[in-house]
Amino acid sequence: MTARTLFDKVWDFHTVLAEGDGPSVLYIDLHLVHEVTSPQAFEGLRLSGRTVRRPDLTVATMDHNVPTVDQLAPIKDPISAAQVEALRRNCADFGIACYGVGHRWQGVVHVIGPELGLTLPGTTIVCGDSHTATHGAFGALAFGIGTTDVEHVLATQTLRATRPRSMEVRIDGELPVGVTAKDVALGVVRTIGTAGAQGHVVEYTGSVVQAMSMEQRMTLCNLTIESGGRAGMVAPDGTTIEYLAGRPFAPRGAAWEAALAAWSELRTDPGAAYDREVLIDAAELAPSVTWGTTPSQSVAITDKVPDPDSFNDPSQRESAVRALEYMGLTPGTPMEEVVVDTVFIGSCTNGRIEDLRSAAAVMDGRRVASGVRVLVVPGSQQVKVQAQEEGLDGIFRAAGAEWRDAGCSMCLGMNPDILQPGQRCASTSNRNFEGRQGRGGRTHLLSPAMAAAAAVEGRITDVRRLRARVS
Amino acid sequence: MKPFRCEHGTLVPLDRSDVDTDQIIPKQFLKRIERTGYGPFLFHEWRYDQSGAEREGFVLNTPVYRTGTVLVAGRNFGCGSSREHAVWALQDHGFRAVIAPSFADIFHGNALSCGLLPVTLAEQEVRALLDLAAEDPRVECVVDLEDGTVSAGELHCHFRLDATQRRLLLDGIDDITLTLHTLGEISAFEAARPGWMPAVSRVEEPA
Repeated sequence: MTARTLFDKVWDFHTVLAEGDGPSVLYIDLHLVHEVTSPQAFEGLRLSGRTVRRPDLTVATMDHNVPTVDQLAPIKDPISAAQVEALRRNCADFGIACYGVGHRWQGVVHVIGPELGLTLPGTTIVCGDSHTATHGAFGALAFGIGTTDVEHVLATQTLRATRPRSMEVRIDGELPVGVTAKDVALGVVRTIGTAGAQGHVVEYTGSVVQAMSMEQRMTLCNLTIESGGRAGMVAPDGTTIEYLAGRPFAPRGAAWEAALAAWSELRTDPGAAYDREVLIDAAELAPSVTWGTTPSQSVAITDKVPDPDSFNDPSQRESAVRALEYMGLTPGTPMEEVVVDTVFIGSCTNGRIEDLRSAAAVMDGRRVASGVRVLVVPGSQQVKVQAQEEGLDGIFRAAGAEWRDAGCSMCLGMNPDILQPGQRCASTSNRNFEGRQGRGGRTHLLSPAMAAAAAVEGRITDVRRLRARVS
Repeated sequence: MKPFRCEHGTLVPLDRSDVDTDQIIPKQFLKRIERTGYGPFLFHEWRYDQSGAEREGFVLNTPVYRTGTVLVAGRNFGCGSSREHAVWALQDHGFRAVIAPSFADIFHGNALSCGLLPVTLAEQEVRALLDLAAEDPRVECVVDLEDGTVSAGELHCHFRLDATQRRLLLDGIDDITLTLHTLGEISAFEAARPGWMPAVSRVEEPA
């Protein structure tokens, strides 16, 4: 039999119908639903008299526009309230489990799937959200879809999709001290560009990826979309199995044994060819921060704001000029001199327990700099509870940060957590697009540890220097 | 879905790369549960200042480009968020096709699903169209899906689209209708699906 990649195996297994080079009918094992991209899909079902084919493979939560303060109180924004209510009604009408506001499993859709054990290796997962790539950390083929496709999956439990190409991103070597999964992910996006993985499913391999925890792999896969990739994947291994064992929806007993047997086959065969391969030397990665308005526009924390003239490609040069104007930055300014007034720690990229531990370790015993507002938003209610059990909330509060309920919050500012025009935010989220966190707001993407360092120093800060000062 | 065969319109040049869907339709407009009415919010932050007044210099605020139906943009158009609202907003404004050197995957799929034609042309062809649209805003552009061509002034370009997708657009058939013809195959697949695969029914809901 031909040697196949991890992606090939999952794609082939789920192909219900293949028609030449055209789109295949692909079976979907898990459909995650949230309030923003689903109402029109449910309405479409109603208008055409259709129903949800597999409510048992469909799970909903409320995350994008729920408040993260007094979450149980009625939502003040009537349009947001109507959207959240629409999801509640749609789930009730179509028999779908909804872990919404008030449920102890509520949270950011890409945080709750894995923590509930719904996200399993070798499965296909879709959601009306581009960061669905996160679930690929388990060796699932997971990708974001639009609302028409959401309706398609609700109605048929399948999608029509053209087979993407495959791409290996191998990260070998040893990560320098202070370099986190977020820095690796930003390094990958910087290396291959905003569209470098377009049309491809990326498999992350190499010693660095193998050594990562599941939460770190999720951070890495999460940002695949920022280089245009359809999905990111990591082959499941002992780390994956250990993470999943005993989670609420993970298979049990004989089913668990059958799953382990199936998962042991989920790796790229020796000799299998990827359509494209990219090699990244871990030693060249550094704690990173974005200076521009795409996630690819980042530098090492020790670097300066680049000069647009340093880009050879005219389109990149123009993009840099526009980005610096929007960001209010001058070429040549050391990144560490950039002053921030807001810090956001959370999101589907960095809102998990390890992220909060990492930020808390930096903030422990320190105070948030004067004039800086710090929001710590756990990715789920379960993460929130665990953080409180570990006393992390006390560390954040003592430092002067706000400890919130779970949601997407300031990652995209659909709820009241937004930046005001001209405000500058050190953010652990995934997009620094113009206006992403609020109209006129300026976003610098970085890791949770670096965000915490920025919080206590009031400016973008090399967390390694901060740590060295203590020891 | 409304079929797409041939569009006779004028060009709107948006000479930027990496136009993300947050710019096409900002998040504050995603709270609505309708599928229509997004046109007035298209490119909202680029189009209007903080007071809501039109920003001079943005292409859609230039009278001659207001009625254009074919958007021409830089590479990686529609990157970022999967929000289909971006496609709805473009259509609601009156666009029937977008021409770019490349599109983000999710946007490309969403556009096809909704009958907004994404046309991929070579970088230099897009550059020529951008220049033409800037020089001669009233030049007629013909986007013909049947023969896969874009014509404007002296320019004649060919584009390719997957044969199945092309047929669906030409006939105005939506994917769901097509897939529902394969219910037999879907049921057969489900019958053979391993028992360890995810299922929400496996656990009782907690109190």
